[in-house]
Amino acid sequence: MISQKNLVVIGNGMVGHRFLELAVEAGLNHSFNIITFCEEPRYAYDRVYLSSYFSGKTAEDLSLLSKPDYYQANGIHVHLGDKATLIDRAAKTVTSANGVTLSYDVLVLATGSFPFVPPIPGNDAKGCFVYRTIEDLDAMKAWAAKCTTGVVIGGGLLGLECASALKNMGLKTNVVEFAPRLMTVQVDDGGGALLKNKIESLGVKVHLNKSTTNIAKKDDGTVDKLVFADKSELPTEMVVFSAGIRPRDELAKSSGLLMGQRGGVVVDDNCRTSDPAIFAIGEVALHQNRIYGLVAPGYHMAKVAVDAIGGAPKPATFTGFHMSTKLKLMGVDVGSFGDAFAATPGSHVVAFTDSKNEVYKKLVLSPDRKTLLGGILVGDASTYGSLHQFMLNKVALPPNPEDLILPVRDGGKPVGMGPEHLPDAATICSCHNVTKGTICDAITQQKCMEVGAIKSCTKAGTGCGSCVTLMKDILKYELKRAGVEVKNHVCEHFPYSRQELYSLVRLHSHKTFEALIAAHGTGLGCEICKPTVGSILASAWNDHILEKKHAPLQDTNDRFLANIQRDGTYSVIPRVAGGEITPDQLIALGVVAKKYNLYSKITGGQRVDLFGARVEQLPFIWEELIAAGFESGHAYGKALRTVKSCVGSTWCRFGVQDAVGLAITVENRYKGLRSPHKLKSAVSGCARECAEAQSKDFGIIATDKGYNLYVCGNGGMKPQHAQLLAADLSEAEVIKYTDRFLMFYVRTADRLERTAWWFNKLDGGMDYLKDVILNDKLDICAELEREMQHVVDTYQDEWKTAVNDPQKRKQFRAFINSDAADPSVVMASERGQPRPATWDEKVEIMSTLVPT
Amino acid sequence: MNTATAPAEAFNAVATAAIWTTVCTLDDLIPRTGACALVRGKQIAVVRPNDSDQLYALSNYDPFSKAFVISRGIVGDKGGIPKITSPIYKQGFDLRSGQCLDDPTVKLPTYPVRVVNGQVELLA
Repeated sequence: MISQKNLVVIGNGMVGHRFLELAVEAGLNHSFNIITFCEEPRYAYDRVYLSSYFSGKTAEDLSLLSKPDYYQANGIHVHLGDKATLIDRAAKTVTSANGVTLSYDVLVLATGSFPFVPPIPGNDAKGCFVYRTIEDLDAMKAWAAKCTTGVVIGGGLLGLECASALKNMGLKTNVVEFAPRLMTVQVDDGGGALLKNKIESLGVKVHLNKSTTNIAKKDDGTVDKLVFADKSELPTEMVVFSAGIRPRDELAKSSGLLMGQRGGVVVDDNCRTSDPAIFAIGEVALHQNRIYGLVAPGYHMAKVAVDAIGGAPKPATFTGFHMSTKLKLMGVDVGSFGDAFAATPGSHVVAFTDSKNEVYKKLVLSPDRKTLLGGILVGDASTYGSLHQFMLNKVALPPNPEDLILPVRDGGKPVGMGPEHLPDAATICSCHNVTKGTICDAITQQKCMEVGAIKSCTKAGTGCGSCVTLMKDILKYELKRAGVEVKNHVCEHFPYSRQELYSLVRLHSHKTFEALIAAHGTGLGCEICKPTVGSILASAWNDHILEKKHAPLQDTNDRFLANIQRDGTYSVIPRVAGGEITPDQLIALGVVAKKYNLYSKITGGQRVDLFGARVEQLPFIWEELIAAGFESGHAYGKALRTVKSCVGSTWCRFGVQDAVGLAITVENRYKGLRSPHKLKSAVSGCARECAEAQSKDFGIIATDKGYNLYVCGNGGMKPQHAQLLAADLSEAEVIKYTDRFLMFYVRTADRLERTAWWFNKLDGGMDYLKDVILNDKLDICAELEREMQHVVDTYQDEWKTAVNDPQKRKQFRAFINSDAADPSVVMASERGQPRPATWDEKVEIMSTLVPT
Repeated sequence: MNTATAPAEAFNAVATAAIWTTVCTLDDLIPRTGACALVRGKQIAVVRPNDSDQLYALSNYDPFSKAFVISRGIVGDKGGIPKITSPIYKQGFDLRSGQCLDDPTVKLPTYPVRVVNGQVELLA
């Protein structure tokens, strides 16, 4: 040791260790010799996760030292297993049980607390324990091995932790609590009742309102049973006291420092005791007549003391601490923060109880209901992090704060709880005092791409861990904002999402894939990015998709303007707008189907599908369909498919509007629109909803006064009801809002993302969508309408163009050097119609064709 | 013509030595696409991955769907490997070797291909 002043720290618990870490960070190990006394036989370990010792964690796992030689490496001298027993303030020395005497210039008391054992007769029986150190745990473990039942006295936070430990050791476990509910400090009656039910359903018996008057012993001195004030008894083989903590202040007391009436070393806002050379931090310190029995305030005190000792230019101070807690007890989430009991005069309470799902949530609001003062969460504390932050940062609450705790309904969005609402100064991790700004820096500057990296970079989330969920949200949000979410890139050829590619195409007026990939991508492209860009180009400029420059982008369905089937043949679906079809058209369909031996089926979208057309037959089939007044139905494209309709007021005695007429108008307007995924629609003529409009990407339901427009519904894999975008619209308004809605979807959705999925990811949900589409919040509606009008104005029947353009028509051949048909396409017959032959049915011909 | 059946000799493959056969002009092949040629009963996908006269030829038979469709797939690359993707179940195939990029046990036969005076010739 070089000749410097001595900084002596008594106690190497969580707070003592944190003090040493911060002292090293502040460089105090250069201006002081740092010496610490550690009474326990091992360095500081994590007491917050003590119960994990019973579920397999070792003492090493629980160690708080980042490296085993952390102290040595930083020049800190530790007297391990040696307890400081005397402070001589006049001589400024500390003497230990092992007889070491050290002089100090600055002394820090971090002696912590000890478990309070109530003065009950028999509390010294064999089989009675406390729950504080690893040695306590080892003793409990050894004893429990011989037992089948156990009791925890005290139903507070630590008591329940302890009960969980007993249960993990296989004991029939009881919790005895003096008060009428569990966790009296954190939880109110409503939450307490639910907590009791949950804990009991997990197999722990809870006894409330029980005052233990005696612990009866057997003849051999081991515990026999608890006797209560109401004369009832509870037999047990093991008792663990968890009835609160008391500061370990005997050393301070004997040295004559100013003490609280009921114990604790009095400290000021700098954690300085009545002796300016001595500081006290953690559970031994009494600040404003309060002892803080949690790790977060202790850590903050450590910081305050380091700042004071090191003479930091802007020293942190300790001015009290919210007793906020989040923990998982036997799998049950409990969170409590701020003014959980609504002690603030004039405060309001909103609470939600769901006994079936065992959830209790309560918020305490300021008198003006604009800020959050505190809250209690039992059963589901997933929003603890955000709510806690709302409180700490006095974030303005949404207009209906109850939405913050009410369950989200299908298709709804959680109310604005995102990390974007928090200021940079918001303390995310109160244990290590890490702000949102610091975490964001770690993400953007230090390139931390996962929570683990942020933890090691900032220490956030390494204390009590209650902020980890919030950290994940921040990470997700920041990555998204920085555009580094790799998942979002369409493929290896473009470092962009579909939405970004769409913007690039629009912004730079790229008209071809080659131009786009040359400017913004690499390589040749692939089956992912080519159709994506093909679709974007079609949405934006609406060229024919088989132009020479676009044909290579199209997936085989678009490439051949028909739907490929398992045997390589195609199916053909002509447009039947609104499902309205003339007898002559029906006959024409039949004639074509017969002539080309096509299997015929009615689709779910009120159309007719003709299967089994060979590629070289397609232009001939189309020619005949076009002659009968048909056009392409775009069944092959990620495009508008069909607008289904009921028969409407024209025929139906219930109908209130002409559903067929509007369906035809809508279908003809949007036909040919290429979009991120297929689009389906329907129009119902009355509220009976026979056209099932609420299962469509956009659906229209007639009302007495006009039409209701529903959006973002879906059938298929994950059915979802469409939601009302606007009510009682005129036809013109239906068109206007649909124009905007569809183009906004085309602009912002991911590839192959149906409107329902897109909507579910949309921040702000329906309120936001309404703001954009109806109120033009983003000031883009004129643009959206213009873009849609361009698509409408440039519509062409893709079949007709392909048939009439020799260059395009040439592509519809099985062989580039022959007009022959593919001999591997063989039909069999079933129920009077053709179907593809099975392998066995055509094995003879296939054996001559398949290369070996 | 639309329902044409192939001349019998086109499919009655004769196990004779491979010969060069002209199948089309280079201009008939749209850059960045494939087309199927019928050569002595064999269905061969001819692929033109860019504007140049560089061509690849591999079997048009897709062993995954058991249909003759490879030429109708999208042409591109995977990490620089030129490939064509089956239009049915989207497996990728290395244009140079026919190796399936998604299943190491599957490989398509390949064929020599060349351009002579603007004419595309296949050896099969």
